[in-house]
Amino acid sequence: MSRTTTPPAASPRSRTARGPSAGPAGPDGPRGPRTWIGAQTFSAGFVVKLVLVGLVDALGVYGVLASAAQQQWGVLAFLVAALLVVNLVYFSRRAVPGKYLVPGLVFLLVYQVFVVAYTGWTAFTNYGDGHNSTREDAVEAILVQDEARVPDSPTYALSVVTRGDELAFAVVDPEGDALVGATEQPLEPADGADVEGGRAVALDGYDVLDFAQVVARQSDVFAMRVPLSDDPNDGSLRTTDGSAGYVYASTMVYDEAAGTITDTTTGTVYTADETEGSFVAEDGTALGTGWRVFVGLENFSRVLADPSLRGPFVGVLLWTFGFAIGSVVLTFGLGLFLAITLNDWRVRGRTVYRSLLILPYAFPAFLSALVWRGMLNRDFGFVNQTLLGGAEIPWLTDPVLAKVAVLTVNLWLGFPYMFLICTGALQSIPHEVYEAGRLDGAKPWRMFRSLTMPLLLVSTAPLLISSFAFNFNNFNVVYLTTEGGPQDLSAPVDVGASDILITFVYKIAFGGVNRQYGLACAISILIFLIVATVSAISFRKTRALEELG
Amino acid sequence: MATDQTTAVRGTRGSRTAPDAPRRLSPRRWWREVGWRHVVALVALVFAIFPILYIVSSSLNPSGSLTGSNRLFGTVALDNYVDLFTDPVHPYAKWFVNTLVIAGVTAVGTVFLGACAAYAFSRFRFRGRRGGLLSLLLIQMFPQLLAYVAIFLLMVMLRDLFPAIGLGSRLGLILVYLGGALGVNTYLMYGFFNTVPRELDEAATLDGASHAQTFFTIILRLVAPILAVVGLLSFVGTFSDFLIASIVLVDPDKQTLAVGLYQYVSQRFSEYWGVFAAGAVLAAVPVILLFQFLQRYIVSGLTAGSVKG
Repeated sequence: MSRTTTPPAASPRSRTARGPSAGPAGPDGPRGPRTWIGAQTFSAGFVVKLVLVGLVDALGVYGVLASAAQQQWGVLAFLVAALLVVNLVYFSRRAVPGKYLVPGLVFLLVYQVFVVAYTGWTAFTNYGDGHNSTREDAVEAILVQDEARVPDSPTYALSVVTRGDELAFAVVDPEGDALVGATEQPLEPADGADVEGGRAVALDGYDVLDFAQVVARQSDVFAMRVPLSDDPNDGSLRTTDGSAGYVYASTMVYDEAAGTITDTTTGTVYTADETEGSFVAEDGTALGTGWRVFVGLENFSRVLADPSLRGPFVGVLLWTFGFAIGSVVLTFGLGLFLAITLNDWRVRGRTVYRSLLILPYAFPAFLSALVWRGMLNRDFGFVNQTLLGGAEIPWLTDPVLAKVAVLTVNLWLGFPYMFLICTGALQSIPHEVYEAGRLDGAKPWRMFRSLTMPLLLVSTAPLLISSFAFNFNNFNVVYLTTEGGPQDLSAPVDVGASDILITFVYKIAFGGVNRQYGLACAISILIFLIVATVSAISFRKTRALEELG
Repeated sequence: MATDQTTAVRGTRGSRTAPDAPRRLSPRRWWREVGWRHVVALVALVFAIFPILYIVSSSLNPSGSLTGSNRLFGTVALDNYVDLFTDPVHPYAKWFVNTLVIAGVTAVGTVFLGACAAYAFSRFRFRGRRGGLLSLLLIQMFPQLLAYVAIFLLMVMLRDLFPAIGLGSRLGLILVYLGGALGVNTYLMYGFFNTVPRELDEAATLDGASHAQTFFTIILRLVAPILAVVGLLSFVGTFSDFLIASIVLVDPDKQTLAVGLYQYVSQRFSEYWGVFAAGAVLAAVPVILLFQFLQRYIVSGLTAGSVKG
């Protein structure tokens, strides 16, 4: 309890806050003026700091160079800002709290704040399979898909070369000029090419592979395509034997100015549609590969308004509440019951009981789910075969029983925790309270209802709320036990009877062939709003409870 | 305070410190007041323990299939354990090492980052302190877990920029976990740091210690119990994480136990059951050992949290 009391007055602390220079006889030797970049002394701690910050700087500079090379300006700006902050904080004499906060904050910013923001942004896009990248990438992918060898195209004498690990083609074109190119790098005149017998045998900066080496990497070699130029319409060079290259061109033609792709075999014209993020023909058919665009509230409106998605979503939402509330009530109920039962000094061996009862809590959760999955198996599982004498109860494949199963598994996993905290809370209730109750002539049940429960809830309510929030997103128990199944075959998305929201999102984002990151993020945002609202409301309620206590 | 509670929970001191000296009860009264408690406790014990006994028994059952495992401790042999380490498709030993390293590094990093932040919030008064604490509370309401789709997309992007910490890298996964190092932990530790008397720091400062020396040599030792709790919770959390590990680690050699063992069960589940069981038993050992070892601290940490509110 002493932790909640306010710390002593602030006056002596203001000195500590200024760091070592304020100490009367600091080991740092003579004290320099208190400047931002003060005169540093070379104590062991300073050297350690210098080395660590130096390492961070080195990595940071590498990162800046790498992101500049890839033209990721956002990343670059972040890195520069982060490096500046790190150096300022650690080499200044002030900003002492910063020295302790910066490392954690950097991780928090990148992997929590940023990803949350990124979730928000992605929720408004059509990001997903078929809409992975930019329009240029989509055009390239579409053109590549329909490439065929151009009839009567010239033959290039080809050698396979490598630079580092990367494969490239060195070719001699029909005019006798040596060229070199790789997957990401269109053909360009080669420097220092040594051509013998119409074939490049040596090349500056590259190693020429011999026949055996080509054979060793043949699948990579035959899959390679080297663009002839920056214009995807020009097609690419491929080889089928490692020694002759042929020009392949797409049957699709991209017109950048008009923003259209024409299928030369059928004559269909597909026009770029910036709101859909794909090339659409007049009859409405779209090419398989599109690009990422901002779609506004479409993902949200799909979830909330499109009946084929709204149905499953509402079902999953209700069950998520059912699962989370049910889990808290069941685990707390059993935990409290056991805590009260064993909270009597006359019960011998309480310590043994306690240490054995918390074993499920110590057993890693993912394993518990998998073990129960085996035990509940309909045909071979322990529960049906041994406990129920060969019954064939479809624990995991019946919509209702699957829900019972995940609740049972979660009860098994969660009751020891509640048992522990209830035991602790019970023991912190002063004995005098019960004395007073007894004097007032209260019966045991009455004492439980009017004394134990309210006092217990004051201390455990916040934990019950966090338990609710935890179970609301309890991915492991649901996914590893039932995989959310049994699947609802009538729904247009992959959703099952025991799916909770977070497993539903997982299936949308990573489950099937059609990954829909945008939609998944939109549902994540909705989950967040729900959890935040519930937590906010219940924390208010607990405050009321605390006053009552 | 925490140590008090520990002893209380461990039961060296009963809740009702015997107001009157223990005296013999009549059998009927004993049953009504005490005996039934043993029955309840035994039933609960069966519920708590039989899945664990079952999996231990399955792991020792040479038949190896799910059906064959239903007779508890029928035949006992170590075949499954041998298979576990000789299966080339499922590199169990690698998963084990990966998991221990990833969870261990994450736990140490989490404790360190969290303790640093808690120290700053507890010992210094600076602009934005209150705001900082509040925003931590808010950020923590959007659990990292919910942003896993974006984490995946971020890792895809990082794979192109910095392959060492991008999709498929174990280091990258650790960094993702460290993103959650502040948040809950800072709060837990912050409360505990406040219980350490400030006079100690001041005495150290007077003796000429720098804030870093005070932090590393004095404070960190005094708050060891909470460090153990946070470290353990982080270790177990990381150890058990399936979700993020499954989307970040694609290569079988780099996967963790959670991802690897799930594959045993999801593919050809019934035949591999014995091997899975052996894997599960071995995987549970480090966590259970840690729990036993740190039990005092966990219980005190949990109850401290529960009392604090």
